[in-house]
Amino acid sequence: MDKLFDFELTARLLGLDFVQTALLAAAVLGLVAGTLGPLIVMRRMSFAVHGTAELAFTGAAAALLLGIGVSYGALLGAVVAALLLGLLGGRESERDSVIGVILSFGLGLGVLLLWFYEGRASNKFGILVGQIVAVEPQDLTALLVAAVVVLVVLGLIYRPLLFASVDPAVAVAKGVPVGLLSPLFAVLVGIATALGVQIVGALLVVALMVTPAAAAARLTASPLRATVLAVVFAEVAAIGGIVLSLAPGAPVSFFVTAISFTIYLVCRVVAYVRGRERHGAVDAVSAASGVPAAHQR
Amino acid sequence: MSRGVVEIEGAGLRFGDRVLWSGLDLDVQPGEFLAVLGPNGSGKTSLLRVLLGLQSLSAGKVRVVGRSPGRGNRKVGYIPQQRAMDEQLTLRGTDLVGLGLDGDRWGFGLLGAGRRRRRVAELVDSVGAESYASSPVGRLSGGEQQRLRVAQALIGEPDVLLCDEPLASLDLTHQRVVSELIDRRRREAGTAVLFVTHEINPILSYVDRVLYLVNGQFRIGTPDEVMNSRTLSELYRTRVEVLRVGGQIHVAGAQSALCEDEVHHHVDERVS
Repeated sequence: MDKLFDFELTARLLGLDFVQTALLAAAVLGLVAGTLGPLIVMRRMSFAVHGTAELAFTGAAAALLLGIGVSYGALLGAVVAALLLGLLGGRESERDSVIGVILSFGLGLGVLLLWFYEGRASNKFGILVGQIVAVEPQDLTALLVAAVVVLVVLGLIYRPLLFASVDPAVAVAKGVPVGLLSPLFAVLVGIATALGVQIVGALLVVALMVTPAAAAARLTASPLRATVLAVVFAEVAAIGGIVLSLAPGAPVSFFVTAISFTIYLVCRVVAYVRGRERHGAVDAVSAASGVPAAHQR
Repeated sequence: MSRGVVEIEGAGLRFGDRVLWSGLDLDVQPGEFLAVLGPNGSGKTSLLRVLLGLQSLSAGKVRVVGRSPGRGNRKVGYIPQQRAMDEQLTLRGTDLVGLGLDGDRWGFGLLGAGRRRRRVAELVDSVGAESYASSPVGRLSGGEQQRLRVAQALIGEPDVLLCDEPLASLDLTHQRVVSELIDRRRREAGTAVLFVTHEINPILSYVDRVLYLVNGQFRIGTPDEVMNSRTLSELYRTRVEVLRVGGQIHVAGAQSALCEDEVHHHVDERVS
């Protein structure tokens, strides 16, 4: 445990090339995940992200078995998952169960594929819980390209997508192609999920895609501010998690999720305290003016 | 003769064997306030869907502000029924109004952000929502949300305002405030108003004409011409009593057909 605070060792490891590559990869992922996060939360897609990540795992397992790049397998799996969820889960009432159905099958298939694989066991473990230190320079290029594609497309569709996410009835009436934006966004989320699978692993992608945005939503109702906060939180969790994991050599995933979860808890506490202050103020005002407080909510 | 803002000619709509209405001719003039009434399933909302370009007619022609109804006619404003919004939704009142201005455009919209903010503030002022416009929309009351909805619909300077039960589930005070805001717009800017509702009384003093739809039949005329015992009895094909009490209209007698407490389908849901 005292290794956790061995700053000298941490500093020495930070100088290594592969650690710096890992940090850069984490920073890119934090940016993409933080930017997509608020929209994922608004659209109630947390479970879809989890399902997509499981299929990214299936794809990665298949790639591992076939001896092609794990990242391509993850990407293919995630995009297929996003499209499947988009096609089969069109109705809100069905979406939840469709995700459950696809997720469990994908996970089962992935386990079978890993069983066939005869290579190193750490590779198997890596796609479930992440192996950031194994990011190769060519992976980094692919990561950067994917990140740029996601961010550019998101930038183009941002306003109509926000409209369709928060106010679908009026967005449809105003001619926003809601039916087209949903699968498109699902694919963007799929690409981002595939990136996340390499870093925190399939099981924990939610910690970077959803938790920071959920935390930000506790603090602000401004979509822009929520996005900025979510990016900051995701960066802190992703980079902080790697740095903390260096000295003890413990799994990155634990630190990333722990930081992410702590930020979320703090944001909830802050929101709770603020809410009490606000209600206190409203009560005082209404007591003075004789207007019931309930109306002011 | 001046051209209508909404021109409907020989229009019919059917789903399979079920004819919602047919042979509908209607010209809505600028500044006119038209109430669309009728029981559930009579095709009130489907008419709005047709005008929004979300539903095509089975027969006839329709033009809205000189164009065939297409997706995203910017001259058309739309106010939906109030619906509960998630309390945690990351959206303020001002964001909701702003989406009415340019939410259908591509990109982030960073250019012209200042002008946009001023325009949103103007509209928020005009509906008297300054005190809560920067609060999360999910925490506002239904009445406050609907005021913002009016601002959202009017920010695009529409020539036609399509309203789908905008007063449903509001208290009486907010019913009055919201309908006054809509009426003010059509008087000041000549915007035509098509107002789908199951309850005419809150808007009775503003209504120029009524379109009453029942079981494939319809009547168009002033409230006095349509909202009387003889006309409604013909429409419902049963004895209906229309009573005028204290400037209000009460319809009694057609049992279940007139029990309209339940509000109908929404525009974004398909009528099967």
